[in-house]
Amino acid sequence: MLKPFKHLTAIAAPIDGPDMETDVLFPSRFLKKPLGPEYAEFLFHDLRFHADGTERADFILNQDPYRAASIIVAERNFGCGSAREGAVYSLVEYGVRVVIAPSFGDIFYFNCLTNGLLPIRLEAGPVAQLRRHVKELPGSPLGVDLEARTVTGPNDAKYPFEIDPSWRHRLMEGLDGVDVTLGHAAEIDAFEERYRADMAWLFNGDP
Amino acid sequence: MPKTMFDKIWDRHTVVGGGDGQSLLYISRHMVYDSSFHSFEFLKRRGLPVKRPDQTFATADHFVSTLGREISAIEDPESRHVVDLLHTNARDCGIPLIGLDDPRQGIIHVIGPELGIAQPGLLLVCADSHISTLGALGALAIGIGHAESTHVLATQTLWQNKPKLMRVTLAGTRPFGVTAKDIALAIVSTIGVSGASGHAIEFAGSTIRGLSMEERMTVCNMAIESGARVGMVAPDETTFAYLDDRPFAPRGTGRDRALAYWRTLPTDSDAGFDAEVSVDAGNIAPMVTWGITPGDALPINSTVPDPTAERDAESRTAMSQALEYMDLTPGARLTDIAIDRVFIGSCTNGRIEDLRAAAQVARCGRAVVPALVVPGSTPVKRQAEAEGLDRIFIDAGFEWRHSGCSLCVAINGDTCVPGERCASTSNRNYAHRQGRGVRTHLMSPAMAAAAALTGHLTDVRRLEGAGREC
Ligand code: SF4
Repeated sequence: MLKPFKHLTAIAAPIDGPDMETDVLFPSRFLKKPLGPEYAEFLFHDLRFHADGTERADFILNQDPYRAASIIVAERNFGCGSAREGAVYSLVEYGVRVVIAPSFGDIFYFNCLTNGLLPIRLEAGPVAQLRRHVKELPGSPLGVDLEARTVTGPNDAKYPFEIDPSWRHRLMEGLDGVDVTLGHAAEIDAFEERYRADMAWLFNGDP
Repeated sequence: MPKTMFDKIWDRHTVVGGGDGQSLLYISRHMVYDSSFHSFEFLKRRGLPVKRPDQTFATADHFVSTLGREISAIEDPESRHVVDLLHTNARDCGIPLIGLDDPRQGIIHVIGPELGIAQPGLLLVCADSHISTLGALGALAIGIGHAESTHVLATQTLWQNKPKLMRVTLAGTRPFGVTAKDIALAIVSTIGVSGASGHAIEFAGSTIRGLSMEERMTVCNMAIESGARVGMVAPDETTFAYLDDRPFAPRGTGRDRALAYWRTLPTDSDAGFDAEVSVDAGNIAPMVTWGITPGDALPINSTVPDPTAERDAESRTAMSQALEYMDLTPGARLTDIAIDRVFIGSCTNGRIEDLRAAAQVARCGRAVVPALVVPGSTPVKRQAEAEGLDRIFIDAGFEWRHSGCSLCVAINGDTCVPGERCASTSNRNYAHRQGRGVRTHLMSPAMAAAAALTGHLTDVRRLEGAGREC
C-alpha cells in the first residue's frame, strides 16, 4: 500500500542543471544496497557530500530551509539516463513527494508513478518562474493539488498540469499496480490461454 | 486501417484497455538479472509467487567479475551477494537460470537475441533500458523499473501508456569506415538526448535494411540515448536467417507458424507516425563524443566545439560545463586528445562482429595504453577464441577477459583511475559513469582499437593498415 496523495503544501528546492542523470541522483555504487531508510543518504550523494562524508555547504539540499524540501523543481530532462530506480527510492526516502520539471527521462517518470512519487510536467516558462520564486523567497511553500491538478506558486499564481487519469486515481487512492491488476485475473487468464495456444512455438523450445 | 509495426505488436498483447489511458499488456518474455534483487524483494514482501517462471529468464552481468567465472572471483562482498541472490531467487522461483558459470551466460541484451529469446512480434521487458537492443529483431522491447518488474513477475502483465511513434529513416550508402556505432551516434546527435522522449522509434530505410542483425542491435541499443523507450527494426530475411538454430527460437512446424506471424509485422505502407526524422547515411563519418551526453558527438576530423559560438544560452552553459568536466579546449582537434585507457565491449558493441572489427585494427600494431576487451557473452568469447581473435588482442597487448558489463558501468571491479580519459565502445558518457572524474569518449570498436594503438583519438580511416590486411 502506497501513501495516498491528494494535496501537499511544502517547501520546494530548486535543483539546477538540465539533463540531470539518474547517475547523479543516485550514484551507481549504491545499486547493490538493500532497500531501506539508508536510501535517503544516497540521494544526490556526490553533490551533497565530500569524499570524507562531510556535507558540501554549496549544495542546495544542505542549506536551510531547502533541507526540509518535499518538492523538487528541476530543469528539463530530469532523471534521464539509466532506468536506475534507486533514484526514485532515494527521493522517496528523503521525503520528496513531488518533482516538477519541463520534461523527464521516460523511465524515470514512470518509476516515480509506480513508487507513489508525483512527477509534474509544466511548460518551461512556468517552471523557470517557480524556480526563481523558490530561490528568491526561500521557505515559502508551493502547493500541489492532485485533485484539481494545479501547482500554486508563492505568489498564489496557479499552474494547471496534466496527468493520465488512471495514474491520478491510483496515486490519490494509494493503490499499487499489482492490486489493480489482480482484479483483472480472469481476463488475464483467458488471454494467456489463447496466447499460449496461438504462439505455441514459444512454449516448447529447449528449457 | 493501416497499422505500424509497433501498433500490431501492442494490440496483439493488449489484455485490457486500448483507449487513451493505460493498457494492460501481456508480456511474452521477461528478463531478470543481478540488479533485479529489489524486484524479488518486493514480490516476497507481498507473498506472491512468480506467475510464469517459464516466460522469465535470468542471467548475471552487471556485478560479475571479468577475471573469472566463479562467484568467488567477485571481490566485493556486496556485489557477490547480489549475484548470489539472483541465483537463489531464480532457483527458488523456478526461473530458468543462465548462471555465471553457464556457457550461455552474458550481458542480458546480448544473450536475448543470441539465444533466440528475442523474436519478432514479441513483447519483451527488462528492468534495464538497453533492452531496446532486442527491438532489432522486430520485437517490442520495453525498459521498465524494478517495481514494474515485480508486477510482471506477479502477473505476467504490465500497465503502460502508449508512447507516440517516431520513424527515423536512414537512406544512402554509408562511407568507408562508418560502422553501426557511428550511425547510432549520428542519430543521437541529430535528434538530441531528449528529442525522442515519449516516443517509440522505428528505424527504417535502405541503410537500415542493409545492416546486419548485430549492427541493427547497436542502433536499437542507442535509441534510449535519444530519450526513446523503444527502438525497433522491421523483421526481414536477415532477421529470419539470424534466428535459425538458436536455442529458444522455433524449429520445424513451429517455425512455419512463427514465420507466418512474423511476416505480418512490418509497418503498413500508409501507416502514419507522430514524428518523422530522416538522416542521410552518406554524410556520416566515424564519430566520437567530446562531451558528457551521447548527443555530444562529432565526426572524428572535427575540432572541440566553442560554446561562445552557441546562440542558445542554455546549450551554451551546458556545453561549457561539459568542456570543463572533460578538460577540453574549444578549437582543439579531436584527434589530438590523448587517452589513458580503452574499453571494448558492452551491450552496444560486445558482439562477435564488433570484436572482429577491433581485432582487424589491433593486428596492425601494439596498444600503448591499457586496453580491455570484454566479450558481451560467453558464447561470443568462445566464438572469438575459435577464430583466434583472442590471440590477436593478446599479441597486440590488449587484455582479454570474461564477459560482463565491466567498464561500461564500473560497478564490478573493472574501473578507470579517477580523472582518466577512456576511449569506450559503450553507450553512455555521463560524468562519473566509468569512475570518479573519469572522462569517457564514445566510439566504435575499430576507432577504440585505433586509439589504443596510438594513445590518442584517431581517425581509423587514416591508420596505417586499417581496413587492409597487414
Ligand atoms: S553493458 Fe552497460 S549499458 Fe549494457 S546492460 Fe551492461 S551496464 Fe547497461
